[in-house]
Amino acid sequence: MIISEQKSREELQELLEGKDRLFVIGCAVCATVCKSGGEEEVFRMQEWLATLGKETTGSVIIDEACHIMRAGRDLRQLKQQVEEADALLVMACGAGIQSISSNTDKRVIGALNTLFLGNIRRFGQYEEKCSLCGDCILNETAGICPVTNCAKGLLNGPCGGMEEGKCEADREIDCAWHLIYERLKKQNRKGVFARTVPPKNWGKVPKPGRHKIKP
Amino acid sequence: MSRLEQQLAAGQFVVTAEIAPPKGIDTAQALEKARLMANLSAVNVTDNQGANMRMSPLAMAALLVRQGIEPILQLTCRDRNRMALQSDLLGAAALGLENLLLLSGDHARFGDHPKARSVFDLDSIQLMQTVRGLTEGTDMTGKILHGAPRFFAGAAVTPEAEPFELMFQKFAKKVQAGTRFFQTQAVYDVEKLERFMGEANRLGTPVLLGVLLLKSARMAEFLNRNIPGVRVPQALIDRLASAPVPLEEGILIAREMVGHARRLCQGAHLMTLGHEERIADILG
Ligand code: SF4
Ligand code: SF4
Repeated sequence: MIISEQKSREELQELLEGKDRLFVIGCAVCATVCKSGGEEEVFRMQEWLATLGKETTGSVIIDEACHIMRAGRDLRQLKQQVEEADALLVMACGAGIQSISSNTDKRVIGALNTLFLGNIRRFGQYEEKCSLCGDCILNETAGICPVTNCAKGLLNGPCGGMEEGKCEADREIDCAWHLIYERLKKQNRKGVFARTVPPKNWGKVPKPGRHKIKP
Repeated sequence: MSRLEQQLAAGQFVVTAEIAPPKGIDTAQALEKARLMANLSAVNVTDNQGANMRMSPLAMAALLVRQGIEPILQLTCRDRNRMALQSDLLGAAALGLENLLLLSGDHARFGDHPKARSVFDLDSIQLMQTVRGLTEGTDMTGKILHGAPRFFAGAAVTPEAEPFELMFQKFAKKVQAGTRFFQTQAVYDVEKLERFMGEANRLGTPVLLGVLLLKSARMAEFLNRNIPGVRVPQALIDRLASAPVPLEEGILIAREMVGHARRLCQGAHLMTLGHEERIADILG
């Protein structure tokens, strides 16, 4: 899931200056689970906009704001409310915001900061486990990603900063290489320690990423 | 062949020390420090150490060469991608630098530019392989170099890191990648040093023991709290605490560690933190 959080009200207030009529958009998937842009948050946003003396011309919770075509369809169905607004306030991840901006020439204001692809530990607590490198090494590292979980993304074992299994960059966090080592030992295999991992091919996922399922 | 390489090849006990390039362009102080180290085997020049931005170590090391002082250029993976690392390495060779110390680099989070984006395109082992490739005449993509550099490349190790086996696996990988010498993190526990050197000597790559001058009990406690892999035993802290002049006791401890290095290792790397004029006392 894509983890996002709302921008501060102060920042939003600045962004909204001179925009009196807003169409508010949320997302039914990730932003709902993160409580950053679901139905409840969109409702709260409208209440807050009202306290600033701003009018909401309408709102919609898109079922997956990252779906470009679906976002376009939803905007078309609510054409009049969209047209009446000075700007569209989007409470979705950066991808969702761009689904909207690619479907309209109107001013689009993003209300969230997008953080990472996250796992859910428990409700309201998210952890980054994969940073989408395109060249997955998990099969050798006992299912623990060093690219993401090692603060330096090292591929050949721990740095000199490991201390009692904790990471130099954050003593609260386990050193990824210590975790990999312990789990491989339990599994009784050498895994990634059996070879020297070559430099990563960062060209595997060109920027911007594109992917088409082959028929 | 660098002096460091020659001395190690001849089985001599080598001694190195280190300077940091200035934050700014006034190199007078750094050069003066380096001059106090001129008769050691070589002088490390640190690379934005502790993730604090300073003058390029490549420039500083080249200035040392001009003064007839032999440097060891430290190079971290934190601030440069594979292209920048290779081009700096070629530049270093062209300026007469041979000795290298290849490091991952401290995380930017605790330095003076915590908002910087860290690179870590390569890790220290991959960088070691890259250096080997360059000396064999090709870049990382296999393209032929017009004039191959000559390097004597070292790496770092933290002998007291736990688990031992995990630390040692990486040490062995570094040896395999072509590391010609090691400089260690500071070690104060002689038993642990004996254990490490017992294993390390089997791989045959020379090890220079890191000897960090302890100036006071407070400093020792600070190291224990803040520097990963450094453990000053309580007995030494007590010695420093009860000494009339703690710095003198620290010099005594450093001299004892150099003694252990002479017995167990192939050299010592001195970290004297502003007391460079006492190097002769530490060497005894
Ligand atoms: S190696 Fe890590 S970042 Fe890359 S795809 Fe696998 S889990 Fe994701
Ligand atoms: S301590 Fe471990 S997780 Fe942290 S940067 Fe070093 S190797 Fe990576």
